[in-house]
Amino acid sequence: MSRKVSRRALLAGGAAGAAVALNGFPMPAVAQATPFKLGLLTVKTGPLAAGGILMEQGVLTYLKEKNFTLGGRKVDFISGDTGGNPAGAKTKAQELIERDQVDVILGPLAAFELYAISAYVIEKKMPTLSLAAADNLTQRTPNPYLLRASATSSQATQPLGHYAATELKLKRVITISEDFAFGYEQMGGFQASFAKEGGCVVNKLWPPLVTPDYTPYLAQISGCDGVCQGFAGSNPPRFMKQYAAAGLKYQVIAGEAGADDFLLKSFGDEALGLVSAAPYTLDLESDANQRFIDGMLKNYDAIPGQYAALLYGNCQVLDAGLKAAGGDSSDREKFMAALKSVNLTDTPRGPIRFDHLNNVIGTIYIRRTVKEGAKYGLKLWNKTIHKYENVSQFWTWPEKEFLAHPVYSRDYPPLTKC
Amino acid sequence: MSFWLLLTVNSITFGGLLFLLSAGFSLIFGLMRIPNLTHGSMFMVGAYLGSTFLSGALGFTSDFWVAAILSAIEVAVLGAVMERLLLRRLAGQPLAQVLVTLGVSLMVADLCLMGWGGDPISVATPEGLGGFVRAGPAVFPLYRVAVIGIAVVFAVVLWLMLDRTRLGAKIRAGVDDPQMARVVGIRVSQLFTIVFGLGAGLAGFAGMIGAPILSVYPGLDQDMLPLALVVVILGGTGSLLGSFVGSILIGFIYNFGQALLPELAYFVLFLPMVIVLVVRPQGLFGGQIL
Amino acid sequence: MSSRRAAIVAGIVVLVALPFVISEDYYINIASQILLYAIFALGIDVLVGYAGLVSLGHAGLFGIAAYIVANVLAAGYGHTVAIVAALIGGLIATAGFAAVALRSVGITFIMITLALGEIIWGLAYRWISVTNGDNGISVTTRPAPFGLSLASPRGFYDATLIVFLLAMAAMAIFVSSPLGAALAGTRDQPRRMNALGYHVWMIRFLAFLFSGFLSSVSGILFVYYNEFISPQALALPASAAGLLMAIAGGAGTLFGPVVGSALVVIVQNVVSAYITRWNFMLGAIFVAIVVFMPEGLVPGSVRFGRAIWRAARGRKPTPSDRASATPIGGPRL
Repeated sequence: MSRKVSRRALLAGGAAGAAVALNGFPMPAVAQATPFKLGLLTVKTGPLAAGGILMEQGVLTYLKEKNFTLGGRKVDFISGDTGGNPAGAKTKAQELIERDQVDVILGPLAAFELYAISAYVIEKKMPTLSLAAADNLTQRTPNPYLLRASATSSQATQPLGHYAATELKLKRVITISEDFAFGYEQMGGFQASFAKEGGCVVNKLWPPLVTPDYTPYLAQISGCDGVCQGFAGSNPPRFMKQYAAAGLKYQVIAGEAGADDFLLKSFGDEALGLVSAAPYTLDLESDANQRFIDGMLKNYDAIPGQYAALLYGNCQVLDAGLKAAGGDSSDREKFMAALKSVNLTDTPRGPIRFDHLNNVIGTIYIRRTVKEGAKYGLKLWNKTIHKYENVSQFWTWPEKEFLAHPVYSRDYPPLTKC
Repeated sequence: MSFWLLLTVNSITFGGLLFLLSAGFSLIFGLMRIPNLTHGSMFMVGAYLGSTFLSGALGFTSDFWVAAILSAIEVAVLGAVMERLLLRRLAGQPLAQVLVTLGVSLMVADLCLMGWGGDPISVATPEGLGGFVRAGPAVFPLYRVAVIGIAVVFAVVLWLMLDRTRLGAKIRAGVDDPQMARVVGIRVSQLFTIVFGLGAGLAGFAGMIGAPILSVYPGLDQDMLPLALVVVILGGTGSLLGSFVGSILIGFIYNFGQALLPELAYFVLFLPMVIVLVVRPQGLFGGQIL
Repeated sequence: MSSRRAAIVAGIVVLVALPFVISEDYYINIASQILLYAIFALGIDVLVGYAGLVSLGHAGLFGIAAYIVANVLAAGYGHTVAIVAALIGGLIATAGFAAVALRSVGITFIMITLALGEIIWGLAYRWISVTNGDNGISVTTRPAPFGLSLASPRGFYDATLIVFLLAMAAMAIFVSSPLGAALAGTRDQPRRMNALGYHVWMIRFLAFLFSGFLSSVSGILFVYYNEFISPQALALPASAAGLLMAIAGGAGTLFGPVVGSALVVIVQNVVSAYITRWNFMLGAIFVAIVVFMPEGLVPGSVRFGRAIWRAARGRKPTPSDRASATPIGGPRL
């Protein structure tokens, strides 16, 4: 089995090597011999499939654009469907690492999947470019083989808290988000930065992930001037609709997943006026973003959101890192170091670089959902109304001070009387 | 004050939707003793089909109600076909029934993902029902109030059907004593197909009625199936009255439980179910069909 | 009987020789997963196949044992303490579970077990101080009994195989014991058993304890295999998967759950690498099993095999070769 693979790999690698030689690219002999094996952990079945399929499309869009060549090496792409559960993520990670012997892993999608494989990727020294946002894995318990080119859960909501207090002039906000870590960390980040600017979170609501009807929670929303929602997956359109149907009129603000651009076609007019913070916006006018969007439309007829954009960006990081390492990914420490020092200016989300804990530093976009200027046949559009540049996972706090606090959770920061 | 009023009204509306969902399940179970684990899938397929009729993707745009009825008919046909092809041969084999209905629900979920993609689909509230009803300080969405009406209409129609028609008499006979029904000349096999189709169609219809509230998304099937089970178990299997009362009861438990005891949000449906089952295993109205 | 014995010996030889034939770690890991889920399915089969009680909540029992291991290890105790505590804790939890569930039979039993399973899942999800909620708990080491490390895929497979063979032996002894015979009696003729003076409830309760014990064993293997436990391992789909394994392979047989486990694990993990719509395929396989071998894969294959054997010898098929002769057991719901 393994012998067969390596022969096929040799043939492909030889072709890539020849192509590179023609381009006059200096390449070490090792790198030319074998293709670069790119593994993706994603979800293609079950309730999380929408985001997972977009992840794969984002990767393939970049690979097609580059003719399946990264950093001068031909790419073998292998995709694994975790089914959206931790045990599946572990088995698929084993498949990619042990059977297919990939050089890098992109993904997984969900925080609980990342936690399930975190120790394993350290043990196997496998560079992993995660989409999942489990804050602590680049904070208090960093994983040296994890590079997060997406964002922590709280990276976008911390600027959102600032914007809500200083620009929207909100004073009293109720947060509502799914009852799991991504929700806690998003809302915790919002609460901390909102409070820093003098705002007050008056109540926190945590409906279970599966909540067909949000009305029992909506009935508790009163005595505030804004609502911050951190819903994810297919939940935001349902929440916004039921929110409007309950006759609630408070300004709604949202985290990155709560107004993701791929949901624009699912939202109705009830989403008008929604203000959201995200590390990627369809609205960004840049060459890279246009290339990316055009590719997604051409290849899949799909209007992308951050799932696809951030994976496309992950591929750009890989491309640049591999180039910097001279096409050599065999020394994992050196390869990781090369990936960490990548500094890109033209990605679909704007410029990005990494901090010393392997988390991305980039722009966070504040958008408002409007009708005007909608493109690609959409009826709604997230229009950028503010940019926070060079946002790190620590927001404006000094790193030491930030890390001295516990990770954001259901109970931290605590509710205070105000 | 408006908090209590809002939750009370919402409990009844949610109960109405649950009744539409679970009446068919209860009927099928009562007559055929089949734990139909595809019932959530029928609900989801109904919603997907309805949203497609509504969107005009098929070359014509239909009215919301026409879409609901069309999708109910299609799902009913699907159910009848499934009964004829698969369930027919499995009478009295509960394990095979569990296996086949779970198998079909896996297939349906994956087919829906293939056909409609993974994106959530919003279904617009039917025209004329987008407004609000005001009662003092509280505001209710008009559509939800209408759902109560729909549920009551269906409850009455089903009751009349069971109580007054020949078909109803046959069904009652079949539920009471299937062997005796066969002896007195009721064509039980035909009856089974009709009832299974009817139950599936009801679930499909409920899917479309629920769509403006719940929207349609992969996983809707697995979200709704446990609710149908809870209602039917609480109310008593095979009992129309049981499903009605069970639905409203679950509506109240769901709404007030989630709002008042957020710490128990995950137990709020299943704890009462366990208690009822332990105290009264046949359910509140078990053994009474009407 | 002798052909059956030969099949058992052949099966053991294949399982022991497996790591020598397939050298890749990945496939050895898959084999370990098949064995550990087979133990889980065997546990469910005790109730489903032999007692006629369909449980949709066993993943809860599986998960309790796994969480106990994770917590005891996190508290600084060794593996022996963790495993013993998990087995005892699993039995206590099973006793409570059974005491509630066994107030009923038939569909009500399915629903009670489903509800209890969901309640345990809810606890795992919300009792964050014990379970770390959705983020789960990592277990960083595997035990090393008698100085033999289970850290490698090979070592873990060998240990799982030993546990699996012990579980199979225990199951065989249980089934052929007077208790097993009495259990089958309570499945087929509960009233008559009662009239004969058997304590039907106690027989079922003991069977439930055995079933829960096997679930706990497999939960312990699961947490060591994955080195991680989170609430998803306890959720309804996990219970349903175990039940499907037992039924698809052949409920009420010794080898059915093993074959069922192999089927599900291979489709989920190996086939899914080649076929994107593997969920559809799994569903279609279940439907096909019901259509062509309603008694399950193992008894169905035996029936087919015999029919072919007889046909080859030119004998007429006997009535027992027909599918309807041996429908999947269990009481009418």
